[in-house]
Amino acid sequence: MNFETLQQIKKEQLSKIALRFNKPCNLYEKEICICFDTGCQSTNSAKLFEEFANQLKINNLTSKIALSKVGCFGFCSLGSIVVIYPQGYFYTKVKAEDAAEIVQQSIINDSLVERLLYTKEDLTKAKIQTEIDFYKKQKHIARKNSQFIDAENIKDYIALDGYMALYKALTTYQPKDIVDIIKTSGLRGRGGAGFSTGTKWEFAYNNESDEKFVICNADEGDPGAFMDRSILEGDPHSVLEAMAIEGYAIGAKKGFIYVRAEYPLATKRLEIAINQAKENNLLGDNIFGTDFCFDIELRLGAGAFVCGEETALINSVEGKRGEPRLRPPYPAEKGVYGKPTVVNNVETLAIVAQIILNGAEWFLRYGTKNSPGTKVFALTGKIKNTGLIETEMGTTLRELIYDLGGGIPDGKKLKAIQMGGPSGGCLTANDLDIKIDYESLKEHNAMMGSGGVIVMDEDTCMVDIAKFFIEFSCDESCGKCTPCRIGNKRILEILNKITGGKATMGDLDTLKELCIFVKENSLCGLGQSSPNPILSSLNNFYDEYIEHIVNKRCPAKVCKDLVTYVIKENCVGCSACFRVCPVDAISKAENNKYVIDQQKCIRCGKCFATCRFNAIARQ
Amino acid sequence: MAEENSTILDAAKTEGIIIPTLCYLKGVQKIGACRICLVEIEGLKNLVLSCDTRVKAGMKIFTASDKVLNQRKLNIELLLSNHHNDCLSCIKNTRCKLQQLSANLDCNSQKFDGDVTNFKIDESSHAILRNNNKCILCNKCVAVCSVVQNVHAFSKNKRGFKTEISCPYEVPLAQSNCVDCGQCTLVCPTAALMEKNDIPNVRELLENDDYFVCAMVAPSVRVALAEEFGAEIGTFDEGRLVRSLKAIGFDKVFDINVGADFTVVEEAKELTRRLENNERLPHFTSCCPAWVNYVEKFHPELKNNLSDCKSPNEMLGLIVQKFYKNKTTKQVKIVSIMPCTAKKSEIVHHNQIDYVLTTRELAEFIRMKNINYNLQKPDKFDSPFGDYSGAGAIFGSRGGVAEAVLRTLYDKYEKENHKVDFEIVRNSSGIKQFELTLNNKKIKGAIVSGLGNVEQLIKKLQNKEVTYDFIEVMACPGGCVNGGGQPLVDYDIHDLQDVINKRANGLYSADKNRPVRISSKSKTVAKVYSELFNNDDEKIRQALHN
Repeated sequence: MNFETLQQIKKEQLSKIALRFNKPCNLYEKEICICFDTGCQSTNSAKLFEEFANQLKINNLTSKIALSKVGCFGFCSLGSIVVIYPQGYFYTKVKAEDAAEIVQQSIINDSLVERLLYTKEDLTKAKIQTEIDFYKKQKHIARKNSQFIDAENIKDYIALDGYMALYKALTTYQPKDIVDIIKTSGLRGRGGAGFSTGTKWEFAYNNESDEKFVICNADEGDPGAFMDRSILEGDPHSVLEAMAIEGYAIGAKKGFIYVRAEYPLATKRLEIAINQAKENNLLGDNIFGTDFCFDIELRLGAGAFVCGEETALINSVEGKRGEPRLRPPYPAEKGVYGKPTVVNNVETLAIVAQIILNGAEWFLRYGTKNSPGTKVFALTGKIKNTGLIETEMGTTLRELIYDLGGGIPDGKKLKAIQMGGPSGGCLTANDLDIKIDYESLKEHNAMMGSGGVIVMDEDTCMVDIAKFFIEFSCDESCGKCTPCRIGNKRILEILNKITGGKATMGDLDTLKELCIFVKENSLCGLGQSSPNPILSSLNNFYDEYIEHIVNKRCPAKVCKDLVTYVIKENCVGCSACFRVCPVDAISKAENNKYVIDQQKCIRCGKCFATCRFNAIARQ
Repeated sequence: MAEENSTILDAAKTEGIIIPTLCYLKGVQKIGACRICLVEIEGLKNLVLSCDTRVKAGMKIFTASDKVLNQRKLNIELLLSNHHNDCLSCIKNTRCKLQQLSANLDCNSQKFDGDVTNFKIDESSHAILRNNNKCILCNKCVAVCSVVQNVHAFSKNKRGFKTEISCPYEVPLAQSNCVDCGQCTLVCPTAALMEKNDIPNVRELLENDDYFVCAMVAPSVRVALAEEFGAEIGTFDEGRLVRSLKAIGFDKVFDINVGADFTVVEEAKELTRRLENNERLPHFTSCCPAWVNYVEKFHPELKNNLSDCKSPNEMLGLIVQKFYKNKTTKQVKIVSIMPCTAKKSEIVHHNQIDYVLTTRELAEFIRMKNINYNLQKPDKFDSPFGDYSGAGAIFGSRGGVAEAVLRTLYDKYEKENHKVDFEIVRNSSGIKQFELTLNNKKIKGAIVSGLGNVEQLIKKLQNKEVTYDFIEVMACPGGCVNGGGQPLVDYDIHDLQDVINKRANGLYSADKNRPVRISSKSKTVAKVYSELFNNDDEKIRQALHN
């Protein structure tokens, strides 16, 4: 591969996919693009693709209309997503049955299938993507390519300047220059802690060694976070290119991508991408005719959350039990096989090539002073728009939740926002004006983490949520150090007592004592941060704990043991509740009304959900 | 003054300050898992690991501040919350590190209630009892077994609260790689790994009037047992040992040092033969049962290179049985007192010895029988198997077997004016090579202890980087003085090499004081060969060789 060939591929491929950018195309009149990532595939976009192919064939359109697979659009709750170019008609929740109609209306004719368009807040329909609020305030850097390219075709990536950054790095810069550019750009690790990427590279650059390694940490594990998966599935080459650039910068010839085995599609696409890059000599020996040689190997993680911790990950790459090591020595000094190693997160790497292409100054234009650039958030929970959002650092929580996320559904009130997954903390409605960057979140006892944002409404019990996260940390503790192994287990047991109505105020003291102990004494980041969700909910929702402990009440009526169902006076005796009760706890009283036997009731809530006369109270 | 760049832990140790540890093992394991050695440094919010933090000039360290003690206490209380707190009936009661820390820190074992893990006790091994209910996951057994011994019998399985140490693929210990060396039992802070308790079996023997029960004591026991009763490490004490065994009720107390003399004489004969015929070289010693197990499990190709001499224990057992044949109407039973756990499995294949008690078990037995060890009047080993040569005495140290054999060989070939002390084979740590001229021929040999070192040596042999005629192998680092059945030492206070040296020195001074220091000159050996075997070489060979 040389520069001319790269340019040639770019030119040819751009002419094929020009419609996606509303540019004239000599080959096709229109193009149908279907999201082929895990989210949309779970709504059977594969079958949809076949049906479109079938329809085009029936209508004899195969030669005129392009049908393509592309990466994630980010609006995962609306899958499968189909876009018709050049107009950009944005169809949501498309099923295979809809293909014929779309082909008739939007391909053969120039009209819209109204019912498949997104309905906006004002009940009008959005024709194209940019009319939707969800997309309005987004800025795509890490996710720049995903929705426009087919991840399994290297030419699509090259068409969008792919591997130009690597060429530029190898031919115009010395390794130290690259380290300096990344350092100047202020890029910080998107995996959680936000450590300066350039500084990390600099450490490894300065450590002399016969061998060095680059690792891409693709062991994304926070509940609800899937931004890394979407990048790997939608734009795998951006990660490969960045790793090669990094290898050149620090002096490594070998890279590992540590991807969790629970991501089969990402793994498959990475394999394809690595093979294509090798075939085109964009990986391998003497890349672009220079002395630089770089190779990438995949390592599959076996499902341990702790392997996202870099030293545990390194153990696992070496084939050992995924347990964290003592630091120092830091990986940049002694990593894989004792050699200097830099571990970077997927999203961090996905940004690197663009910084090299556009310069550090360009990157600094986005975000805040200390946290430049953008961040991808996975917005989930009680929120209208569920999906991936990439927005500039410094965006306020309010903008994220209300402008981009569309607010809380069903007119409920916002109660809390959990950020940073099991390591993070919760923020409340009072914190909505916090600007999202590494420092301000930390100041408010939350953390950026990998970017998972879980929105909770008034029906959420904060004790229950704390329990959920600590249960996760208990399951995922590697068991190496005592505070995390036993401490978290005891924390969980105390929370179980609280939600079970069996705790005393003394237990609450022990809970606090333990949380601080585990936080201060654990060996690795997992243990050190695992009590955060509890500490922050204790901080923000202390009364809720007291309600559980003193009054044996769950204000959100979530904790089963603290809820009772009672049939009120207005019961009409319709027997609907009697029929759905799975344990025969409901019987007819003398007055023809029904009653619940509290001894038998298992508090499943079926009667409550079934009653059409609002005659059952949940207390 | 602490040395710059030493760890806080080491610096404190030099200054006479003990920082307790559970998972740290000098030179073997430093994983920061137990969090017990955390200390406070002025200016830092969180406590730091003293095993992994280096001292700096001007650093102000608090090893027992309120914060340190409180955190340490809570840590132990957490461990206790997942511990079957049955100290009173635990075999390690009063000698358990966890118990000791709990007492020192005034811990409340009931602070937390909640789930307690329940494991099946692994009784499969003849040598080692594995009770995971006592395990606190310090991981030292895993480290010793893999890093020091290269056996890899243990690994960590499962995760979180369910984490456990078990054998790979969760097979019982008897089916694992375990070679029964017992080094794990020396580092286990609790009773999760112990020798298999044979005291009840021995008591049964002693209670039965139909039995004539002989005790036989291995070389290294006499430099370690007294430690259990407050003596300095390495104190040589034969007299009270013999007296205590008599007080327990043994009919006779014999010395395996004498058995060692037989082994030396036989091994010297075998080596001479093999050197002359250039046959099955290098000649490996075979008196260490864990080493023999290691050969069987890891290097069956070396089986043929092992000496075919029986071990001192087996030889003496056999001779004692032969000696008492027709001399008593009672059935002769033999109990060996050994610094070794592997001997417990060795005797399964040989029926001369009935039971093996470790040094630790003997101490336990003495306490059980309410014998005040320190007030025992020194006694002597019983004849005719109590008079040993100096060469027999040093068997317990690494290099001892080689030196004993060399003495006999030199006595045979060099006759007059030969030396008795072979410093050249002493005080090895790891691998030591030596070269000597014997009978105008050069002999190249090596002393190696610790199976990890053994493995290195074997690799070198296989790569033809080295050649030897004779190799003495001891599975335990430092030899039997540091055997898996020896008294426990608190390594927060003591240094392993120091312990090995002190105990070995005890043996070397005993050797110095013996009138006869060469096995082939032992009157006992001569007497037995003539009275029991009519000096018939073939009969001797058949009886004492495998």
